Amino acid sequence: MDNQPPLRIVLAKVGLDGHDRGVKVVTRALRDAGFHVIYPGLWQSPESVVRTVADEDADWLGISLLSGTHMTLVPRIMQMLQAAGLRHVGVLVGGIIPEADVPKLLAVGVARIFGPGTPLGEIIEFLRAQGSRTHA
Amino acid sequence: MATAMDRKLWAQWQQEIEKTPPSPRPATTVSGMPIEPLYTPDNLEGFEYETELGYPGQFPYTRGIHASMYRGRLWTMRQFAGFGTARQTNERFRFLVEKGQTGLSTAFDLPTLMGLDSDDPRSLGEVGRLGVAVDTIDDMRQLFSEIDIGKLSVSMTINAPAVVVMAFYLANAQDRGFEWRHLRGTIQNDTLKEFHAQNEIYFPPEPSVRLAIDLIEFCTHHVPQWNPVSVSGYHIREAGSTAAQELAFTLADGFHYIDQCLARGLKVDDFAPRLSFFFNAHNDLFEEVAKYRAARAVWADRLRNHYGARNEASWKLRFHAQTAGCSLQDKQPEVNLIRVAYQSLAAVLGGCQSLHTNSMDETLALPSEHAVTLALRTQQVLAHETGVANTVDPLGGSYFVESLTRQMQQEAHRYFDAIEQLGGMLAAIDRGFFRREIAEAAFAYQREVDAKHKLIVGVNAYQEPDEKPLEILTIDHAVESEQIESLKRVKNQRSNDEVRRTLDAVRRAAAAHENVMPTLLETVRARTTVGEVMHALADVYGRCDSAVV
Repeated sequence: MDNQPPLRIVLAKVGLDGHDRGVKVVTRALRDAGFHVIYPGLWQSPESVVRTVADEDADWLGISLLSGTHMTLVPRIMQMLQAAGLRHVGVLVGGIIPEADVPKLLAVGVARIFGPGTPLGEIIEFLRAQGSRTHA
Repeated sequence: MATAMDRKLWAQWQQEIEKTPPSPRPATTVSGMPIEPLYTPDNLEGFEYETELGYPGQFPYTRGIHASMYRGRLWTMRQFAGFGTARQTNERFRFLVEKGQTGLSTAFDLPTLMGLDSDDPRSLGEVGRLGVAVDTIDDMRQLFSEIDIGKLSVSMTINAPAVVVMAFYLANAQDRGFEWRHLRGTIQNDTLKEFHAQNEIYFPPEPSVRLAIDLIEFCTHHVPQWNPVSVSGYHIREAGSTAAQELAFTLADGFHYIDQCLARGLKVDDFAPRLSFFFNAHNDLFEEVAKYRAARAVWADRLRNHYGARNEASWKLRFHAQTAGCSLQDKQPEVNLIRVAYQSLAAVLGGCQSLHTNSMDETLALPSEHAVTLALRTQQVLAHETGVANTVDPLGGSYFVESLTRQMQQEAHRYFDAIEQLGGMLAAIDRGFFRREIAEAAFAYQREVDAKHKLIVGVNAYQEPDEKPLEILTIDHAVESEQIESLKRVKNQRSNDEVRRTLDAVRRAAAAHENVMPTLLETVRARTTVGEVMHALADVYGRCDSAVV
């Protein structure tokens, strides 16, 4: 990590879901851990998320979803990232994802899913171990 | 008070306790409030029974708002329900009534809560998912079809579009021949807590409150048995606040609504008796009981001594409680049944008027019928088998509970002062005060859990390696297209001239700062949609953009 710029991470709430307790706690923890975190606020559309990822030259995108719309919105974001030439950006999903949907999200290219009760340290360790896929 | 002899014995006890090795986990409440190893009369200096507690049904209502509490009548068991189309939710309602539920409570889907129609592109994937989709008066008619709304009380959890949904409800009730003055129920209509925590926001804060007051004013005159607002701490707590913040911010919201009603020229005793409250029932039993007791005492004092209310009904804080959704875990979900049972005990020991018990599977999905039945049975066991309903305020007089109740009141007053110093409610919202306070508390709590200062069964302690997944309810994706189809049919059948004319009337009333309810009742009869009406109001009031949240 020495002399390297901090990892750039966009955290996003997509759709109408207003449950932002988790994403705010994670934002704070990742900032405290030295990451550069961009959190654009609620009600993001898939389009606006992908635009933010491109504009901010992000290494990672973390999507927070607790409204059950993950199977509609996440694959759509994955497709749009590819179309925008952002395949190298790692995608994480946080929130309530039923067991049955986990393999489906991994199959569309999500790197990791962090469910409720995940210790903050686990997310931090994961990102440190993975590092940047953009600038590596 | 302690005597000299007591002092000696006390010192002896103190010596004993100092020998105990310190616990690796600090003795604090779930909100982080430090707790003493023992409470004695020393913790209640200057305690006066008559002024601090009084008798139940009497000022300051610390012990409860009714003289006989549950001996007279049990709390209302009111399970929140709603999913899919109005037809599906209507079936669930009738199922619940058959199982012995005594009131109905409606969950709307996210598009409805956000004031969007089912066919809006932003609603994609959300229609009927977390609640029932209601676009027009046609859906409202279906939702309560064959349900005797003249007899059952009905609760509707809706905020930004509350005026529109209430117009649906009232117009439909009238069409079915029910008189408004006989209708009983509650509409949440609490937009302030949306800005603090819940985030279902459409208009900026000032017009949001204006609309809430329109509804309170209208109901005060025409639907007198209806609770036109349920001032809610529940969501504040779910967003991560402490118990004291939940208490303080909720009551401060209530005071703001009162101030605005008074500014309209309403008299406090005309509307205050119908202001109702909604609190969380979290894990920390005694902290929760203290919170409810403190809420009643602070409210009664403010209403009588600050607002000068003379009607005793204005002084009484009535509340609904719901067990804490945020305390439920996806690991070992059956354990949630046990959490919910303790939480509902707290609500009942705290004197709630109605209660929703969460289902064990609610972190995973909307509850299955099996899980909902167990949740309702939890309340029935509490009511009929445990004996808690036999006497009023059974924890009253406990040194510990009385001391916590006092502490809660002091914390609430500290927050009221802080809000006032920031320039009042709207100025404090504008400065992000509530959001910041809540986010700090949520972060501090997560730190405690990560450090295992707080243990959560199945999550950071007592984990099971192999868990068998629960059977969960799945919502058919056809709901979205079915709902959009039926909306299309309504739009094809109605008169577009009527739609235009009535929406113009809504705009004119809003621009003239008149109460919008009469024009809303007219427009919903022309079968306008939630989205269309909200749009018309936004033409005058503007929209709140996501930059503030």
